[in-house]
Parts: sequence; C-alpha cells; structure tokens
Amino acid sequence: MLKGIRIPVFALVLATFGSLAAAAQSSAELLARFKAMEDRIKALEAEVQELKGQQAATTAALTAAAPATPTPAPAVALAETATSQTPQALGGAGPAAAKVLNPDIAVIGDFLGAAGNGTSRPTPALEMHESEVAFQAILDPYARADFFLTFGEHGVDLEEGFLTFPALPGHLELRVGKMRAAFGKVNTLHNHVLPWADRPLMTQNLVGGEDGIDDAGLALSRIFAGPKDTFFEGTAQLFHGEVENLFHAYRRSDVSTVDHLRAYRDITESTNLDLGVSYSRGHSVWSPAVIDQLYGVDATVRWKPLRRSIYHSFVGRSEFTWSRLDFPGRTFTPFGYYVSGDYQFARRWFLGGRFDRSERLGNWFTVDGDIFGTPDLSDLSLHQDTGGSLVLTYWPSEFSQIRGQLRRTLYGGSQTANELLFQFQFSIGAHGAHPF
Amino acid sequence: MKISRSFLLLPVLALAASGLSQAAGKINVVTATQDLAALAAEVGGDHISVEAIAKGYQDPHFVEPKPSFLLKLQRADLLAVVGLQLEIGWLPPLVTQSGNSKIQVGAGGYLDISQFCQILEIPTGQVTRAMGDVHPLGNPHYWLDPENGRRIAKAFQNKFSEMRPSDAAYFAQRYADFDQRLAAAEKRWEAAMAPYRGRKVVTYHRSLPNFCERFGLVVVDYIEPRPGIPPTPAHTLEVINTMKRDNIKLILVEPYFDLRTPNSIAQATGGTVAVMLPSVGGVKEVTNYFELFDYDINLLTSAFAKVK
Repeated sequence: MLKGIRIPVFALVLATFGSLAAAAQSSAELLARFKAMEDRIKALEAEVQELKGQQAATTAALTAAAPATPTPAPAVALAETATSQTPQALGGAGPAAAKVLNPDIAVIGDFLGAAGNGTSRPTPALEMHESEVAFQAILDPYARADFFLTFGEHGVDLEEGFLTFPALPGHLELRVGKMRAAFGKVNTLHNHVLPWADRPLMTQNLVGGEDGIDDAGLALSRIFAGPKDTFFEGTAQLFHGEVENLFHAYRRSDVSTVDHLRAYRDITESTNLDLGVSYSRGHSVWSPAVIDQLYGVDATVRWKPLRRSIYHSFVGRSEFTWSRLDFPGRTFTPFGYYVSGDYQFARRWFLGGRFDRSERLGNWFTVDGDIFGTPDLSDLSLHQDTGGSLVLTYWPSEFSQIRGQLRRTLYGGSQTANELLFQFQFSIGAHGAHPF
Repeated sequence: MKISRSFLLLPVLALAASGLSQAAGKINVVTATQDLAALAAEVGGDHISVEAIAKGYQDPHFVEPKPSFLLKLQRADLLAVVGLQLEIGWLPPLVTQSGNSKIQVGAGGYLDISQFCQILEIPTGQVTRAMGDVHPLGNPHYWLDPENGRRIAKAFQNKFSEMRPSDAAYFAQRYADFDQRLAAAEKRWEAAMAPYRGRKVVTYHRSLPNFCERFGLVVVDYIEPRPGIPPTPAHTLEVINTMKRDNIKLILVEPYFDLRTPNSIAQATGGTVAVMLPSVGGVKEVTNYFELFDYDINLLTSAFAKVK
C-alpha cells in the first residue's frame, strides 16, 4: 500500500525538481537575452550619437561654405539631405502663436429704439442700450474664467466676472465672483439671448429690475440623475447682499442667498420639459429691519424637430414669483408672473407673444433699466401692472438680429402705454455658447 | 473567533471584488457625433460602451446642449470630439457643467479626433465673417474619407489601449480586423465610383470635401452663398446658370436642409437632387461606418446613372 503511494510521490518530487531546474535554466537564458539586448541598445545609442555628430559637422561645413561660394553642389547636397530624411520642424513658432493663449473676445451691441406714448415712463427714442464685452478662457487645468462687461449710456458695469471650478470632487461645481443668480430662468439670461427686447414686468417689479439679482458671491452646484434618468441640478448661492432695487447690505453680515432646484426631462426626442423652483432672501432696500423673501416657480417647454431643427422650433416659458416683505406690524406679498411663447416659422424668422402681470410695493418702479421714484415708507400700498407684447424677430445671420416688439402696458390700473420697441443686436468675435 | 475573522475578511473581499469589477468594466465613451461612436465601437467592441450626442440626421453645427446630455457626460471616461470648432456652439458649456474632471479640455479623457486626420479647406490669409460661418481651423467634415476613418479608428485603438493596457491586444486585434475590412470595402467603393471620377456636382453645404476628393468628384458650387448663410434668390440664379453652363445634373443635399431651393434648381436645370448622408444614423438602416459609404455610393451611382 505504502509502496504504491511512494512511487507517485517520488515521481512528483522528481517532476518538481525537474521543472525547477528547467525554470533555472530558462531564467539564465532570459538573463543572457536581456544582456544581449542591453548591449544592442548601447550599440544603437552609440550609432545615433555618431550620426548626429556627422550631421552637425556637415551642416556646420555647409553653413561656413555657403556665403563664400554659393556653388550648386551644396544645394544639391542639401536637397538630397532634405528628401532622404523625414521633414523636421526647426525652431519655435511665430509671435502670432503666443496669441492662442489670449481669451476668446466678443462684443455684442444692443441698439434699442422706442416709439409711441410711454406715458410718464419714457424709454429713450434711440439709444445704444448696452454693449457687452466678453472675455472667456480656460484658466488652468482646474478652472475657467468668464468676464462680461457692459457699456451703457450711463457707464460701465461688470455684469458678470467669475471663476468656475468645473470638476471638484463629488461632481460639484464651484463658481466664485460676480454672477447672475440662479433665480428662475430670465434672471440668468443676458440681454442678447432674451426672446424679447425688454424684460418682463415681474423682473422689473420684483426681481431687481433689468439687472436682476446680479451680485458678488459663491455658487455651489451639482447635477444628478433622478428616476428614469430625469436630470436634476441643485444650486446654492451666497451673495454680498447688494442688489439694486431689491436687497441692501446695511452691515457686512447682511448677506443674501439664492437656492434653485431644476428638473429636466426629454419627453420625446424633439420635446422637453424644464421645471424649477427658486428661493431668495436678503435685507430689503426698504429698511434694515425688513427681510425680503422671494419664491419662484418656472416652467419651460421646448419643441425642436431634430431633422429640421434649423427651420422650426417652439419655446413656451412661464415664471411665477412671490415676494414677501415683513415690515414691523405688516406683511406684503406682491406677486407677478409672465407667460410667453416663441415660434420659429422659418430659418430666420421668429414670432412670439408675452403676457405680463405683476404687483409692486409703493409707487416707484423701473422701466427698461431706468428707476423712477424712490422707496417711500409713507406709501406702502400694492400697485398692479399688466402688459402684453407681440414680438417679431429676424436673423440676417447667426451673428445679428433685428427685432420689433409691440408693447401695451397698463401701469397701476390707470396709465396706459402703447409702444413700439425696435432692436438691432450684433455680435463680433468668438462669443462662447450659453448654457441651455 | 472564526466568525469574527470571516467578518473581517468579507469587506476586504468585497473591496477586492469591486476593484476587480471596476478594472474589468467597460470604458464609458461619449462622442460628439454618431460617426465617431461607430468607429469607436468598431475598435472597442464589447469592452466599451459608447453613446453619441448629435444624431446623424441633425445638423451637427446646431445641437441643443440639453441637460440630459450632461448626465451622459458626467459618467463618461472618454469624450471624443470632432473638433475644428464644429461643436463650438453647444459642447463647451456641457463639458464645463458636467462636473467630470476626466473629460475637461486638456484632461486624459478629452480626445480631439481632428488632430489625427487630414483636414481640407484650411483658410489661408484673412478670415472674416463676411465669408460666412467659416471654420478657421479647417473643414470639420473630415470623417467622410475612409482613410481618415482608418486614422480615427487607430486613434481610438491607441487611446483605449492607454486607458486599459490589459485589453491592448484585444483593441489591436479589433483594429486590424477593421483595417482589413475597410481595405476590402475601399476597393469595392473605388471600383463603383471609378466611372464617375471627374464628374461635377453642386452641394448644399461644404460637408463633402473629403468624400469628393477621395472619390474624384468636383464640387463646382454650393446652394448656400456662404457657409451657414441660407440661399438667396441672386445666388440661386447664379447656381442655375453655372449648372446649365457646365451641364451639371446632380445636387447633393444633407438630410437636415430644406429641399425647396435644391428642387427648384433641379427643375430649372433638368437635374436631380440626392439626399446624401454625411453621417452614420442619417437614416435608420445606416448603423455603421461601412453602411454609410455603401448607402452614399449606391445613391450616387444610381443618381449618376439616372442623369447620365
């Protein structure tokens, strides 16, 4: 029995030793091969060095000979050298190459005219309403920078200037600088991408006028997938607290905040729905003791058939904003909204309409960026403005547009303004794409 | 004691398993267009998952940067772009907003395919917008030359191998197979187009220079007076006169352009309009790079036979 076991065990041991011996032999062979390869590499390196030396000597000789006797022989030799070797780029690039590091620069002009009876709130007949200058570039491997300066007839303003860290851990994005707040939809849009020549009454009365909530601060956002691949984006922003017509930082600690949650879903390949809720809070311009809180809901539906996307599209938008101002002993909740639709009926043509309604506190207001009146604590009453617009837009090219807007507004239920706004917008340079 | 050891071992094993599954997982590739996706799939096989942003039947210059694309980009290991500013109007904000450090410009997961290809129509001298929506870095519709298709596939092979060295042999084998099939297909396509070398055509947009150069077609004029500028009556008349003078009978139009102007020109000149696909996915049955050329070359040979 034992004998029977011993034989296979012995055979196994022999086989093991055998394989070990074979392994030792193959290791020795491998070492020898490595050594041979190492010697070969050294020999090749020496050859390369020798060839380089010869080439340098030839070049030096030709350079020395050329000015004295420009005979055909060296030229032939040079031509042969050039054809026999792979073309080699020598030296650096020209001075123009350094300019590739300059930021993308664009200038967008916005010329606005108005006709009709503007009642007591005149929009100038003709004005270079705003010229936006944009500088945009990738800063370094970790961040990009965007600056948007606006030149109006009343001076220069930094509309936005921020640094974006697009890829922080946890898929977070951080933005630092002055920026348009993520309150609703219209507040985030620059003038030149609005589908109208003006901003809705809701923005003028409740959300800081033409500039909207546009302040210095920090913004942290993150995108994430919800059920059935619904897109969500959460944004939290902390600002200095200084927004014209809305917030005022009486002390350093009087910061304002904006929070926004966005949900987006493709309904079909051509149609999608974009919903958002917003909240903002800051110290009111009315008084240090008054906190102004804004609540917003926005909805956008878009239709754009992919096969004919350059010819037809529709965008329906609506935003609702509630403001809550807590005065000592009294609370006011002015409310405003707009509903609009824009249909592209040809490659260059768009037709749109907008209905506006918004309350405001007190008898002061802004129209197309100009402020009329001042906050007066003795006049704490709500006034309602209602308006409607019909808009026709023509694009001569991607870089210019001509727009006419018929606007009828009933201010405070008493003054009616019937106006025709006309606008020319034009863009030069490399303006980066806007977020969707 | 044994139980506690098992408990200690479990998380370690779980971690190791998750690490292994991650290492062996597919490379998540997002491409700007379906053409790049098709070529990535040829080389990546089942070791990658690939999705394209722009559909083959939409104009790749005007893609809406929809938030749903952001979710794809957030998960991507590699983003392959056509480059040469084709996607300048929609892709940069998506990349920035994706929050994905791997695919930011300059990172290892950002691949500009144009750097590997032969680019035509690189403007020389001054470039202005008076020339229309011109691409200052060259024509970005370069994938329509099979030789560039081969270069793109090679670029994917190298990139995938760099990202997943353990699968390098697999990608090399896939590329070799693609190269062999492409060489065979090229002979077939060249033979089919040989009788029509030198034939003059009119195209709507400058989408086909690489295709035309490769197969010997001569583009004499465009329906657009300038790139990106819609047809004007004066230019349409010029095109009609040119076609009549040079006896040109074929107008090639991309599937996303309106056919009214090309059809009226064809009617005035006795020519014909062919809707040629510039991209994979232009019609449902064209699902890969080979089918794209098969479709277009069949279309052209039939159209040429029709107009004589």
